Amino acid sequence: MKFTKDHEWVEVEGDIATVGVTGYAAEQLGDVVFVEVPEVGKTVKQGEGLAVVESVKAASDVYAPVSGEVVEANGQLSDAPETVNAVPEAGGWFAKIKLSNPAELDALMDRTAYEAFLSTL
Amino acid sequence: MSDQDLKKTPLYDAHVAAGARMVPFAGYSMPVQYKDGVLKEHLWTREHAGLFDVSHMGQARLRGDNPAKSFEKLVSADYQGLKPGKQRYAVLLNAQGGVIDDLMTARPDDDGLFVVVNGACKDNDYAIIAKVLAGEATVERLENRALLALQGPEAAAVLAAHVPQAASMVFMDTVALSAFGVDAIISRSGYTGEDGYEISVPATDAERIWNTLLADERVKPIGLGARDSLRLEAGLPLYGHDMDETVSPIEAGMNFAIGKSRREAGDYLGADRIGKELAGDLKRVRVNLKVLEGAPAREGAEIADETGAVVGVVTSGGFGPSYGGAIAIGFAPPALAVIGTKLKVIVRGKPQAAEVVASPFVPTRYVRKI
Repeated sequence: MKFTKDHEWVEVEGDIATVGVTGYAAEQLGDVVFVEVPEVGKTVKQGEGLAVVESVKAASDVYAPVSGEVVEANGQLSDAPETVNAVPEAGGWFAKIKLSNPAELDALMDRTAYEAFLSTL
Repeated sequence: MSDQDLKKTPLYDAHVAAGARMVPFAGYSMPVQYKDGVLKEHLWTREHAGLFDVSHMGQARLRGDNPAKSFEKLVSADYQGLKPGKQRYAVLLNAQGGVIDDLMTARPDDDGLFVVVNGACKDNDYAIIAKVLAGEATVERLENRALLALQGPEAAAVLAAHVPQAASMVFMDTVALSAFGVDAIISRSGYTGEDGYEISVPATDAERIWNTLLADERVKPIGLGARDSLRLEAGLPLYGHDMDETVSPIEAGMNFAIGKSRREAGDYLGADRIGKELAGDLKRVRVNLKVLEGAPAREGAEIADETGAVVGVVTSGGFGPSYGGAIAIGFAPPALAVIGTKLKVIVRGKPQAAEVVASPFVPTRYVRKI
């Protein structure tokens, strides 16, 4: 699993990247009450808005950690947005992206580096 | 404004020690939530009792020969008719009938009027009040007092354990009395739609009293995040969002803020406009919307009719934890403000179905009779 400074995670299998937000992000967001996931077929660039997570208080953007085409979105989140809080780094994933530029992964942090980054916040 | 410039309430250290997330609000560093988070804090207040620090709000005394008569030059309510021991809501008006602030005024004792205004507006409010009342009445800002709000269905039982007299008060009663060993001013009111109290105490004793109330297991500290979602569900407008200097109290649906005797006399600021609006000449009015699909519609989201034409805007909106869905307050033409009207809210470019519903979204539980 790789991580961004915006607290997204990416898990790659073959050329498909599953994307979500980290436990730290889920904690900061508070109780999630609505998730807007991207439509399948949408092409996203690294750093662009991918999804929107809404708490009672506010809406927060989730950015695409990698570029590519959305091949699957987590439909379970429309009925159970609280999954993002319960299991952010597993069942709370937002979308699967078919990588268009796998080299982008090299610039992301591994877990050790991400945890070191969190300790600076 | 940098964080260093933010003011602190007398309860700042208690909030930090309790793990609050502090944010800038009205020039103060205030707790937006504690460890439980907005959703659980909201629900706790609806089921038990929530304790809020609202010491950022302005507390003042107006004194003079007839401070109520003088104050009526600026506000909409009948304050000359305000009985001892009672509190009444009003709006501070500009010459165009727009709202400079909304406020509560009480006669807790024989010492003039006790006025509570919004924190973000207080400096401007007091400057206007002092100027207009010069020579007739004085404004003393009570900077050395804190204000706590204890809200929820168990608030009465909690407070009665410390202040037996609180149990015999009804909604909007306000009394000055000795409580917690200090001079307190207690009103049975609040900003959540629940039964509860607002408790003014000396700043020096605020933390002790805060901790005394929190020692009751029915009470948890609640941040400003849940205060906002609670007031939204109760259909209570928030100044600076649902009301401002361009919005009249009638447009905002706060007709009751104009006292009956004041309507008849027409002796308040903006009476030309407000008189016409009271007679039905309105271009826009507040609507309460239930968002039927999609994301919560928040402040700034456009409201459209069923053809897609933009007819208004959302001024407060979010998720109502007790309501169990997305709700919003906004403005629309009167013809589209009828309960049951189907409208759209436009969130991130997407029109979503919404419906005009009655206010409040969640029934209020004020105690009007003992």
